[in-house]
Amino acid sequence: MTNAYQDDRGNKDASITKRGTPSTMSPGTATGERSHTQDAFLIGDSMTGGYGQGPDILHDCTIAVNPGEIAVIVGPNGAGKSTGMKAVFGMLNLRKGAVRLDGEDITALSPQDRVVKGMGFVPQTSNIFGSMTVQENLEMGAFIRTDDKIVETMEQIFELFPILGDKRRQAAGELSGGQRQQVAVGRALMTKPKVLMLDEPTAGVSPIVMDELFDRIIEVSRTGIPILMVEQNARQALEIADRGYVLVQGRNAHTGTGKELLADDDVRRSFLGG
Amino acid sequence: MEPLNALVAFANFVLVPATAYGAQLALGALGVTLIYGILRFSNFAHGDTMAFGTMAVIMTTWGFQALGISFGPLPTALLALPVGIVACALLVLGTDKLVYKFYRTKKAVPVTFVIASLGVMFVMNGLVRFIIGPDDQLFSDGERFIITARDFKTLSGLDEGLAIKTTQAITVVVAIIVVAILFWFLNKTRTGKSMRAYSDNEDLALLSGINPERVVMYTWLMVAALATIAGTLYGLDKSFKPFTYFQLLLPIFAAAIVGGLGSPVGAIAGGFVIAFAEVTITYPLKKVLGYALPESLEPDGLVQLLSTDYKFAVSFVILIIVLLFRPTGLFKGKSV
Repeated sequence: MTNAYQDDRGNKDASITKRGTPSTMSPGTATGERSHTQDAFLIGDSMTGGYGQGPDILHDCTIAVNPGEIAVIVGPNGAGKSTGMKAVFGMLNLRKGAVRLDGEDITALSPQDRVVKGMGFVPQTSNIFGSMTVQENLEMGAFIRTDDKIVETMEQIFELFPILGDKRRQAAGELSGGQRQQVAVGRALMTKPKVLMLDEPTAGVSPIVMDELFDRIIEVSRTGIPILMVEQNARQALEIADRGYVLVQGRNAHTGTGKELLADDDVRRSFLGG
Repeated sequence: MEPLNALVAFANFVLVPATAYGAQLALGALGVTLIYGILRFSNFAHGDTMAFGTMAVIMTTWGFQALGISFGPLPTALLALPVGIVACALLVLGTDKLVYKFYRTKKAVPVTFVIASLGVMFVMNGLVRFIIGPDDQLFSDGERFIITARDFKTLSGLDEGLAIKTTQAITVVVAIIVVAILFWFLNKTRTGKSMRAYSDNEDLALLSGINPERVVMYTWLMVAALATIAGTLYGLDKSFKPFTYFQLLLPIFAAAIVGGLGSPVGAIAGGFVIAFAEVTITYPLKKVLGYALPESLEPDGLVQLLSTDYKFAVSFVILIIVLLFRPTGLFKGKSV
């Protein structure tokens, strides 16, 4: 639409109005939700991409976690929750966006190199060495470390997960589902990561074990390690989350603290079940 | 009935030879199972890898003999072993660089590797025949027997003799030492554990910062050592002929599969199962049974269940039975 205020209706008298285009710059407004990412410790910034040459699964998706925080990615099935986490870990072809760890751009690094940089990743499935003992699993977690404090870290992990200390000589594959997850998290912690990423740590365990795992995760977080995790059990996960990301079809649908999201009508109606 | 004589005859003709043969098969099967567990394919070139290693040992032995170096009562070949292992290691590492690495970076499916190994087998086979010739080579020297049948008879006063060849004793002793070192390495050292981790879960091994190329290199080095030692022991005990080594592939694979592919303990157990089955079934048991049974039950025939010409059929039959009824092998390896 033409701006009525700028229509001079044929008045070409230069003594009345000065010729030329008036100022075109006008201040914009920012009424939308603001994502606070500039000081995030780990951030996948506006990531767009998919697996291999396949179609894009993520669209401008941003996920971040700050020191001492638990960030949770939730969303309906097929929303790209795990994909979002894999993108942060470098297992996706990003066509747009960046991943930064502690201010450093790590977008082009391979997953292995990201481990060296201080990212601990616990995959959803086959996340332990089943034929090896609990202790050997932990030792393998510390494979990249060259310092001599490995035993110390292992003792800390046994403190965090007492059951692993009791079963340290047992093959990890013989343990129960919940105990295996503890081995998996323990293995990732052995690298002394700067950030821990968990892909559905409670998938396939009983509700009681799930509660215990959540307690353990909170304890790990209390040691100061930022945790980014994907969860199926949205309600419980948001209860412990400092920051929640609701993804829908690979896009950020809602972002906020866990409490905010739990209170949000939209979020509740769309997938928390009322 | 003469149970003591029966026992001695059994030991002389079945127990001692089968134990030595079993130890040789076990060492061969350990190599196969290591490659299967870590590189994830069945290496058909293993028999010829053994032949190459043994050939290198034989040539070095000849060199030592020409120089007048000997190992006293023990075969000179034992001194030549390290040289053979190094030569064999260079061969397999070279093969890996030239052939397998290409497929590994392409992330080829295991069956591609298997077929590639078939090609490698023919090349190695030709190489060995070209260098040392297709004929039989005897390279065993030193003391031939620890105890001969006649000495045993005079010592014990029994009708039956028990002969133990030096090479048989050496085979068993060396096999025990090698297996002990191997298990210590796999279970106690950082590198060994990383190899087991890689074999167990490749992705997680990568996430833990384990370098796959290093793991692959260590695997080939160990395979070269195992193959050379197994081949040399077999050659000392029997004789060296390239074609025989190619044929050894069948009992070795049978041993590895019977024990459970990917399981080192299984490879050892499988080796002895195959060896004892082969020797017992192809040996005429008339003498042993004659001593063991009351006169009325003494057999008239030879009680040789199968002619020695068919000894490979034994490994085949065991292989098929195991694949049918327990595809993961005795020690829960990977399903074939």
